[in-house]
Amino acid sequence: MNTKVVLITGALTGIGRATALAFAKEGARLIVSGRRDEAGAKLVGELRELGAEAEYVRADVSIEEDVRNLVAQTIKRFGRIDVAVNNAGTEGKPGPLIDQTVESYTMTFDTNVLGTFLGLKHELKVMIPQRAGTIINVSSTLGQKTAPGASIYAATKHAVEGLTKTAALEAASANVRVNAVAPGPIETGMLDRFTGSAEKKAGLIASVPLKRMGRPEEVAQTILFLASDRAPFITGQILGIDGGKMA
Amino acid sequence: MSNNNGQNLAGKVAVITGGSRGIGAAITKRLAADGASVAFTYTKGGDAAVSVVKEIERGGGKAIAIQADAADAAAVKAAVEKAVATYGRLDVLVNNAGTAIPKPFEEATLEEIDRVIDINIRGVYVATQAALKHMKSGGRIIMIGSAVGERVAAPGLVPYAGTKGAVKMFTQALAREIGSRGITVNNVQPGPIDTDLNPATGDWAVPQKAATALNRYGRPEEIAAMVAFVAGPEASYITGANLTVDGGMNA
Repeated sequence: MNTKVVLITGALTGIGRATALAFAKEGARLIVSGRRDEAGAKLVGELRELGAEAEYVRADVSIEEDVRNLVAQTIKRFGRIDVAVNNAGTEGKPGPLIDQTVESYTMTFDTNVLGTFLGLKHELKVMIPQRAGTIINVSSTLGQKTAPGASIYAATKHAVEGLTKTAALEAASANVRVNAVAPGPIETGMLDRFTGSAEKKAGLIASVPLKRMGRPEEVAQTILFLASDRAPFITGQILGIDGGKMA
Repeated sequence: MSNNNGQNLAGKVAVITGGSRGIGAAITKRLAADGASVAFTYTKGGDAAVSVVKEIERGGGKAIAIQADAADAAAVKAAVEKAVATYGRLDVLVNNAGTAIPKPFEEATLEEIDRVIDINIRGVYVATQAALKHMKSGGRIIMIGSAVGERVAAPGLVPYAGTKGAVKMFTQALAREIGSRGITVNNVQPGPIDTDLNPATGDWAVPQKAATALNRYGRPEEIAAMVAFVAGPEASYITGANLTVDGGMNA
């Protein structure tokens, strides 16, 4: 693992940040991206303190030129990409479907679906000729089973799973694996925004068999597993890290 | 995080059913290499069982082999009890023992159908009940289901696929029932894996290999690596999951 080049989108908070820190502890070389330069610089400082080579590249994943540049900067700095984690995502504007708008639809799909598609496209254009590499997308338990108020977000995560499985089938002959993780309720800012109130959050946790939220680090460890040489026969899979929510 | 050389399971005790050969032997050796004291059952082939024990002991690990047919409830329960009596605790159960009798469904005899059900389902229920008596928070129940428990690509495996579908729902139901005890329950679903029961060469292998996206059979060690991951501390929030390791066959 220690010489691997790892690209992570949406790396500044939550699961993306935990994943960046976990890879850094493994000695990986990292390119982390996001949209806030100051937070990016701070994260790079933390990653370097852990002994990792790391750079921040600003990117809005819904803009193709940004994603193209992100991949190009990674190649310029490290010469290859071994692992890509397409983590950037938004909860959109949770609420009843009849209150959703073209704007809330577009904003959520642009980050979650277009962003994942553009990431896959430009990462695979590097990995397929390398004949090596692995990609992990970030879905959600709402990628398979949904909930009231989650119409657009759930639709985006269903789409992420379709992209993941198709990319896996297309990249397999080049020895490139593509999988997704599907986190359940994980203790992040996004979960707070999604549930909206402490009462709703408690209700969600009560519905989980393990009776607790997950930690971002628990998702990160599964991403590291999928990226590692422990998982060479796993591709096209969606791995749940959800305390049993989907059982 | 641990790596391949880590001792993720140091101090833990694991029971593996059907651990003398194939996927089960790879799992047994892997969990032992990760630091667990292991007890495994076998039916026939005492020589293979002895060689697994010796290999683990040579590596500095602890292992015992217990003869117990997975279809024999009393023997399965006694094997779990013997493991607990030997090592003093139980942390991980891997329900690996399984069988398939490939042939057209209408030609299957009642005896053959019973055999597949008794080993693949009834044996799993019995071993799991016996293990849960001893498991505390942090415990791990791991099934070896099959990729055909979710999607069936070829004829000839009808009773087997039915039992593996049952294993999937058993996993999910049990995960929900015992989650509050801090015990996780997961189902590792292999695709075509190169073993004596399903060798990667021969006519039977051709369509299976072609059905995988990676265009190859998996190795038993690739299943063992997933089992080791889900048995370990890194997988603490994964439960009720069906973890398919199939080279992209079901994607």
